[in-house]
Amino acid sequence: MQRLREKIYRWIFTILAFASLIFLVGIILFLFKESLPLFRYVPVGDFLLGTAWYPTHEEAEFGILPLIVASLWVTLGALVICVPLGVGSALYIHELASARQRAFLKPLIEILASIPSVVYGFFGMVIAAPFLQQLLKLPTGLCAFTASVMLGIMAVPTVTSIAEDALSCVPNSFREASLAVGANRWQTLTQVVLPAAGSGISTAIILGMSRAIGETMTVLMVAGGAAVMPRSFFDPVRPMTSTIAAEMGEAAVGSLHYNALFSIGLILFLITLIFNILAEIISRRFRLKLGLGR
Amino acid sequence: MSNNTTKKFINDHSTEQAKKEAILRKPQVVSQNQSVSVKTKIRVENLNFFYGNVKALNNINLGVAENSVTAIIGPSGCGKSTFIRVLNRMNELVPHTRVEGKVFLDGHNIFDPCCDVVEIRRKVGMVFQKPNPFAKSIYENIAYGLRVNGLKDPNVIEEKVIQSLEKAALLSEVKDRLHDSALRLSGGQQQRLCIARCLAVEPSVILFDEPCASLDPISTAKIEELILDLKKQYTIVIVTHNMQQAARVSDVTGFFLMGELIEFGPTEKIFTAPSDKRTEAYITGRFG
Amino acid sequence: MRKDITQKLGFAILTLCLLITLFFLGAIIFFIAIRGIPAISWEFLTQPPRRAMTEGGVAPAIVGTFYLTLGAIAFALPLGVASAIYLNEYSPRSFVVNIIRMSINNLAGVPSVVFGLFGLALFVKFFNFGVSILSGSLTLGILILPLIISASQEALMAVPQSHREASLALGATHWQTIKNIVLPEALPGILTGVILSIGRVAGETAPILFTAAAFYMRGFPRSLMSETMALPYHIYALMTEGTRPDKQTTIAYGCALILLVLVLCVSAIAIILRQKHRSSYVQ
Repeated sequence: MQRLREKIYRWIFTILAFASLIFLVGIILFLFKESLPLFRYVPVGDFLLGTAWYPTHEEAEFGILPLIVASLWVTLGALVICVPLGVGSALYIHELASARQRAFLKPLIEILASIPSVVYGFFGMVIAAPFLQQLLKLPTGLCAFTASVMLGIMAVPTVTSIAEDALSCVPNSFREASLAVGANRWQTLTQVVLPAAGSGISTAIILGMSRAIGETMTVLMVAGGAAVMPRSFFDPVRPMTSTIAAEMGEAAVGSLHYNALFSIGLILFLITLIFNILAEIISRRFRLKLGLGR
Repeated sequence: MSNNTTKKFINDHSTEQAKKEAILRKPQVVSQNQSVSVKTKIRVENLNFFYGNVKALNNINLGVAENSVTAIIGPSGCGKSTFIRVLNRMNELVPHTRVEGKVFLDGHNIFDPCCDVVEIRRKVGMVFQKPNPFAKSIYENIAYGLRVNGLKDPNVIEEKVIQSLEKAALLSEVKDRLHDSALRLSGGQQQRLCIARCLAVEPSVILFDEPCASLDPISTAKIEELILDLKKQYTIVIVTHNMQQAARVSDVTGFFLMGELIEFGPTEKIFTAPSDKRTEAYITGRFG
Repeated sequence: MRKDITQKLGFAILTLCLLITLFFLGAIIFFIAIRGIPAISWEFLTQPPRRAMTEGGVAPAIVGTFYLTLGAIAFALPLGVASAIYLNEYSPRSFVVNIIRMSINNLAGVPSVVFGLFGLALFVKFFNFGVSILSGSLTLGILILPLIISASQEALMAVPQSHREASLALGATHWQTIKNIVLPEALPGILTGVILSIGRVAGETAPILFTAAAFYMRGFPRSLMSETMALPYHIYALMTEGTRPDKQTTIAYGCALILLVLVLCVSAIAIILRQKHRSSYVQ
């Protein structure tokens, strides 16, 4: 009786634990299911490499290269901002800050990481864009550059937190050993701590990148929304995420446009999947290197 | 080798004379023979234990008599804790481990597939190295064991909680604050609470896994006194790295080294005239 | 000597990094607070919008966000805690378990707009729940599932193994041990995870764009099956739709301030609780 009950509980938990797997598989299945009809009319090559995105024209065209380029463009810009700021802040918090400062700064950064993306988008729209437009004499403030800045700032707390974790994995004995042979703190930092934490910090950067490329609301509100090939950082662009968010409302369910938006979702999913797997591989190696097991 | 020792020991003492003495019940006087009671409570046969591919216990054979205290000694890493945790199948909580051989409790093999592990653990209680009271009140710590064993009547539970605390010599110290958190007790009190908790479910065997390892000398003395008292009703196996402790509390001692049972016999004999050189070396402090 | 100058320079740069970060984040909060406070009044918090979103309050959006959050937690909490219990208390370290772990990690990295697509395809269309609180809650629930699982796992791992052993040694079954000993001790940690995910859910916009959100409603949502306004979506909608941008921006500032205060407070509570809880374990 009691044994049976134990078995039943074990089964219930086993089944419920499969939920995550089921959802992940479900996401993949539905993305494929809703996007495949498109490829009956549009070859995969034309979809990925076509430079014209006119989903609602009479002669609709579904080339998403401008959208992919826009996503990469904006993400790259965001990285330029969030990597130095994020890693620099993490180094400060972990290596320079006093215990009291750290006890204050660490949670503060974590709390700031929870600011919703729509707030960044809103701020970018009403404050950052007009400000940058005036400052740089741009035709419009809503452009790839502003989006990069907002996205970059948004990713800083995430990168800081993960990089900080990576730094705290570096055993103190490494630091002590370096200081004991007469290196100063800066040399210890750049020549011992950073290389040891290197792949952990790479993980932070990749995860930050993955978050930036999948980020929707900020770019939707700030990037300008023109679905053409960007020529400079100051052109308005339309990244993949904002295309989906902006157009799904007007796309009729079951239309080619609808299918095309799901296809973009699929590409987006695959890109972030690759980033996440990459991050996992690197972080596993990182843990092995420091002898932390697993 | 270890095999021989064990068999010889059991044979030697299953004699008529020993039985008579056991019946006379003068445990304090004839401590050597007191271990040789009428009944063997636990029998271990050809026991091997593996962590992954590493053999941690090698062909262990021994018998534990009812109402005796058996001490297991040996240097750290010799497998003494592993051994004691096999006796109530606690070893199964560690992944990638494997047991070969048989352990009989009252004549039934505890590794028999139809044997219920929960049932075994009810009969074979355990007190751990570090005091590990739950984050509950003193009262609830003890009542918990009763409740999971199906007791519902609050009056009976209360009665048994008090009884157990009394048996564990803790009642006088805590009777006014039974509903305080157990975590506020001192280390020694916590350990006695853990013993009380164990007693409440009325096991017939109690395993002590280095119960005094993290305690001060005064608390240790109290616990040892308690163990001597408890053996009137329970069969006790105690692992200890403290040889004086083994000498003070036990009737029979087993010496483990690198996963093997080197010597097993009456405590007095082990400590005064060990038959194996390695035992002697350990007892006299040449290693360990 | 040169060594010291490099060190000073290096440290100065690191300090600068942190200051710039804090400056930017501070600026965002500052501007939204300064311009949002004038918009907030009792009426703003308790009344529905009037005159095509140019006057009145945002109460339906606040209520909508509350419903969506509640729904998402109600869905993800049991599932997440159960998954964590399986992974931490039951799991044999096998191939299957590794696959589950991997899918949790990957689920955590899926972009939020893709969750929106999934919710649209599965809940809105396939199950025919329509654009509704139900669809939105379920979508958000899946989004925070990995967060709840990892928080619960961390909490379960913090329960000392010796407590499990003590309980089992008393003859308690596996499930009795989990229910009476492990879960109560892990509860504070699990709650922290829940509070953190409340902060996350309340601010998410992309997943509800096509599954739950409505730009304008006259009253409050009546049932699980009705669409709803929500604070984060309301900010977006005010800025991109409608006819009177000047008046709408003021309302958007108000909404942004409410959302910001809500989310920051909630995660501050969670993080401070976690810090306290963690330090109480390191005795």
